[in-house]
Amino acid sequence: MIAQAIVDGFLSGAVVALGAIGVTFSLSILRFANFSHGDMLAVGGYVALFVLALVAGPGMLNSSFLSTPIAPFSFGWGVPLALLFAMVVAVAVALLLDALVFKRLRARGADPLTLVFASFGLALVLRNLVLLLFGPDAHNYSNEIQMAVRLPGPVLVLPDQILVFGVTLVVLAVLWFFLQRTRYGMAMRSVAENPVLSSIAGIDIASTIRLTWIVSSMLAALAGVFYGVTVQVRPEMGLNLLLPLFTAAILGGVGSVSGAVLGALIISLCENLLSLVIPSTYKPLVPFVLLLLILYFRPAGLFAPKGR
Amino acid sequence: MLSYLIFFITVAAILSIATLGLNLQWGVSGQFNAGVVGFLAVGGYGMAILTMPVSEQLIVRLNWPFAVGIMGALVVSGIVALLVGLATLRLRSDYLAIATFGIASSIQVLANNLEPLTGGSRGLVGIPRPFESMGAQAVGYGYLVIVLCVLAVVYAGLQALLRSPWGRVQRALREDEVVCAALGKNVVRFRLTAFVMGAMLMGLSGALYAGFIGTTSPSEFMPILTFQIWAMLIVGGSGSNAGAIAGSFVIWGLWTASGAVIVSVLPPQWQAQGGALQSILVGLVLVLTLLLRPQGLLGPRLTA
Repeated sequence: MIAQAIVDGFLSGAVVALGAIGVTFSLSILRFANFSHGDMLAVGGYVALFVLALVAGPGMLNSSFLSTPIAPFSFGWGVPLALLFAMVVAVAVALLLDALVFKRLRARGADPLTLVFASFGLALVLRNLVLLLFGPDAHNYSNEIQMAVRLPGPVLVLPDQILVFGVTLVVLAVLWFFLQRTRYGMAMRSVAENPVLSSIAGIDIASTIRLTWIVSSMLAALAGVFYGVTVQVRPEMGLNLLLPLFTAAILGGVGSVSGAVLGALIISLCENLLSLVIPSTYKPLVPFVLLLLILYFRPAGLFAPKGR
Repeated sequence: MLSYLIFFITVAAILSIATLGLNLQWGVSGQFNAGVVGFLAVGGYGMAILTMPVSEQLIVRLNWPFAVGIMGALVVSGIVALLVGLATLRLRSDYLAIATFGIASSIQVLANNLEPLTGGSRGLVGIPRPFESMGAQAVGYGYLVIVLCVLAVVYAGLQALLRSPWGRVQRALREDEVVCAALGKNVVRFRLTAFVMGAMLMGLSGALYAGFIGTTSPSEFMPILTFQIWAMLIVGGSGSNAGAIAGSFVIWGLWTASGAVIVSVLPPQWQAQGGALQSILVGLVLVLTLLLRPQGLLGPRLTA
């Protein structure tokens, strides 16, 4: 039981981690709490659903190559293709919203809370557009049955979950390399540290902000598609994931990618372990309780460097 | 038609009280509350739990009078706001937004699950309403009079508060926090009192709403209500109490009118999506106001 809860915690933590990285970028580089980030996950998840429905549907885009599952997984090559489309659309939406709304507010020198507020309104628009286009019901990417793998413990996991976890690790490694070793990644970290000094040092702030939106929304789309693969997509999924995402980012220390990942794992482990002792309907309370505790006792986050 | 008008004015006036509370938090003190509906729910449930008739299924069996229920709602919403405020008000300003968002979703979860206290997803049905023994018409008119009186008292109180030394400090805080701190004003305490008082007004609004419709259930307090009240404040003009009331009537009118149009135009299987159209409309009005007329209908002229 406990071993199963721990493994489930790790596996579902992967989705939260990918989403929380975007939140921590937004809090540290864009400098506001982006309430529309959760709904970017939903946008990614639903774009992928749309592509998968096209390749499996009766229309001229039907492709048995893309829609036939590859054993032992529940899906075929359609999912990577759908993921690509999801990322492209999510990046386009993010850049469009930035150009139409956030850029103008920044140019006006608006208070950060005005940006928070605008993101709040945009979240509502995005969520209801999804609801309008796809209806209120939950959807699965695939109805195929897959055999669970038995690990020692005894712990049961689905091949899909293992794949999602593995891909998440690879993405995190690539992201780490990007942030630590490339000039673009360094520009992002530098703007997070000090925008004024960065621009004096010749860093183009505007393009770094665009880059931040691109990276965040790609990760959000990835998280949304993974959520669709391992759980299911619902119009209110962004709303429900938002609190775990914020809590993970704050728990890990704002601005820290590894902190956001660890924060996501902690939340997800707590949720799964506490589900053993409390009714699972109370599970959504766990992130909020953790958030209040961290804000009371260690608002800089668990892994923040000392003296900050 | 007349009874519908009375219904509309009563609800709009009740929501105005919540918008006035939000104006105190945002318009006056500059604090972002992303969980307005949470405080409305606390007030609504607080009132309902204290006044519900004695029932086998419920653990609280007080059946207190209406007025005591309202007082209880004020106290409970104040306490909840105090807890959230103490955790966040010393930190960066957007943490309050995140925490209030969290409290709203948590209260939704609690309302759905604490069945012996809240009635679960069915909610509490049959909250006693004032003037009930005098017939349906008396309930409608009587409640309208109560709500309008409460709204008038709240409005007058807030206007007086803003002209008082306390209100002057709040305005000064928005201009320059550091100078206020240097002059010996306790910045966090001024923030906290504005936040708690605003939340209590939201609780009052929730309590009056529960008392008016005679029911509380999780579906009465959906996250969309937070957006609606924000839209009321921003469109009416953040910072102005009269604007908050005007905005409440305008947005509530827009919402009910667009709802009526959708119900009559859309076929039944599209009705769920019709609600989405209403929400998108409110979201767009809100973002457009922010971009094109940040001061709203009646907001103070921007000095920048």
